[in-house]
Amino acid sequence: MAVLTQNKPTTILEKLNDETWRRKFLRNILIPWLFIAPLLILHIYVVTVPAVQGIYMSMTDWKGVGQNANFIGLENYRELFFEDETFGKALGNNIIWMIFFLTVPFVLALFAATMLSQIKRGGMIYRSILFIPYVLASVVTITIWKNLLNPQRGIGAALDKMLGLEDAFGIAYLGRSESALMSIAFIDNWHFWGFLMILFLAAMQAIPPVLYDAAKIDGANRWQEFRHVTLPGIRPVVLFMFMMVAIWSFLAFDYIFLSTQGGPGGASEVIATLLYKNAFFRFEAGYGAAMGVVISIFAGFIIMIFVTLRRRGWDI
Amino acid sequence: MTAIGKVSLQDAVLQRGRSRERNRLLVFNHAVLLLLTAFAIVPLLVLAFNSVKTNLEIGQNPLGPPINIVTDNFPNAWDKGKFATTMGNSIIYVTATIAAELVFGGLAAYALARKRPPGSDALMLYFLVASTIPLWMYIVPLFVQINALKRLGIDARFLLIMVYVAGNAPLTIFLLRSYMIDLPSELEDAARVDGANEFQVLTRIVIPLTMPGFLTVGLVVGLGVWNEFLLALTFIHDPNQYPVTTSFYKFVDRFDRDWALTSAGAVIIIFPVMVLFLALQRQFINGLAEGGIKT
Repeated sequence: MAVLTQNKPTTILEKLNDETWRRKFLRNILIPWLFIAPLLILHIYVVTVPAVQGIYMSMTDWKGVGQNANFIGLENYRELFFEDETFGKALGNNIIWMIFFLTVPFVLALFAATMLSQIKRGGMIYRSILFIPYVLASVVTITIWKNLLNPQRGIGAALDKMLGLEDAFGIAYLGRSESALMSIAFIDNWHFWGFLMILFLAAMQAIPPVLYDAAKIDGANRWQEFRHVTLPGIRPVVLFMFMMVAIWSFLAFDYIFLSTQGGPGGASEVIATLLYKNAFFRFEAGYGAAMGVVISIFAGFIIMIFVTLRRRGWDI
Repeated sequence: MTAIGKVSLQDAVLQRGRSRERNRLLVFNHAVLLLLTAFAIVPLLVLAFNSVKTNLEIGQNPLGPPINIVTDNFPNAWDKGKFATTMGNSIIYVTATIAAELVFGGLAAYALARKRPPGSDALMLYFLVASTIPLWMYIVPLFVQINALKRLGIDARFLLIMVYVAGNAPLTIFLLRSYMIDLPSELEDAARVDGANEFQVLTRIVIPLTMPGFLTVGLVVGLGVWNEFLLALTFIHDPNQYPVTTSFYKFVDRFDRDWALTSAGAVIIIFPVMVLFLALQRQFINGLAEGGIKT
């Protein structure tokens, strides 16, 4: 018995005195956690702690540094959903934005990836060029398209000149409330869709060619081939990107802020631009934080839908 | 014999018909792809054209190729846009973020992939959940926090890098871990038998074998920081510390009508990215695709 306790330390004190156990603890627990610690602590400090603070802040009427913060419960949320018309408009624009991005880039990317997967030579060149807009900074993309959409010097003006028309296409696409949001979506999509195409193309290339041969033997035409071989093969990627793009639609900021700042008259306002203006221009910190929480709830909701569908047997 | 002959003749006819059909369809493919390629590249060409025109020429010929090429716009934009300073700043932001990300991310991913200490699964779950927290949820409190640190005299540039490193942490850990988890453990065991300590196992065995993973993370994170706008706009208020993006934003605001100048500035910003992209196309495309799927 005494021999056994010597060999196998059981109490903490004995463990600490045992050389091999100490070495094991050091190698298997302490050092690994020391490796993890810096990034984990940094992440908690920069993301998690402020996120929790954000929830609290959203329930206060805080107006920035030097002001008192009073706890007002869900008052900010009530104001957002029942009083603030600009917020309602922004939320609507986010939904329009989402509908646009769940259709246009997906159709474009699926179409281009299908075309690209069928050619043997020159694929890499197309792939690279179609991907270039994705690596550009948003500030640059907006500058390029602000010029191209300029009513006097842009593409529209050139078209008018060519067709001998006056102010038919040469209009201020970004300056009119009917077209501002869609024009920004168009610009963002110009930058974005190539990325989606690359993801779809990679997924298509992973489909076993045997399946296409089998489809051909069965006399499938191109559409049937796409519908019954390609689409099922890339389904997981497409559905995953549906989720991501839906989430991203509620986070949209850069392109809108850089081109119109939400204008004219709130026509292209989305929640993120409204949040930014409230928090950093008007110092409505509590109100801005509430919008941040609302965005997060929408994102969480989209993830939940996705997870539920997956549990129900959607092979995602 | 005749039957076989007939079949093969039929086959040959069919084959020819099919390949002709294939060719015709591929012409269609190329036509579509060329059109899309033009859609992607023409706006960039117009930008490049305008960067070598005078404003007078842009007024008459805003979209076409330049008639007279002038190069003055570049030194002009370089000076007026303070690119010497902001390019330097951006390079600092990019390299420091990549370096810190790879060192701390590499250490953490190694521990999670190869050592799996108790609590690893909970930690992966933490990063999975945390990676879905939108920036908008914490930007306002983070702004307050960062300002408090700035008032303590901590360099805003350091703080911005800190935010970048933390924001990219989940992606980095997922990517590097997925590379490291595939390594056979025999190599590490052999190194340990030879007397290597944990740190040596990491630097001599694991990192060299997972270099592509580090390259991918470096490219994805580096491109993200170079192009980043919102956080830099929020946290950097000293023009001497601006990265190229926010500085260019103010620059465009100031020289709104001067297309030649702003076009040249835009070309200056995208030039380093373009060079790197053309040199490392495959790594860029595959890396960003991987990063996009795994986040």
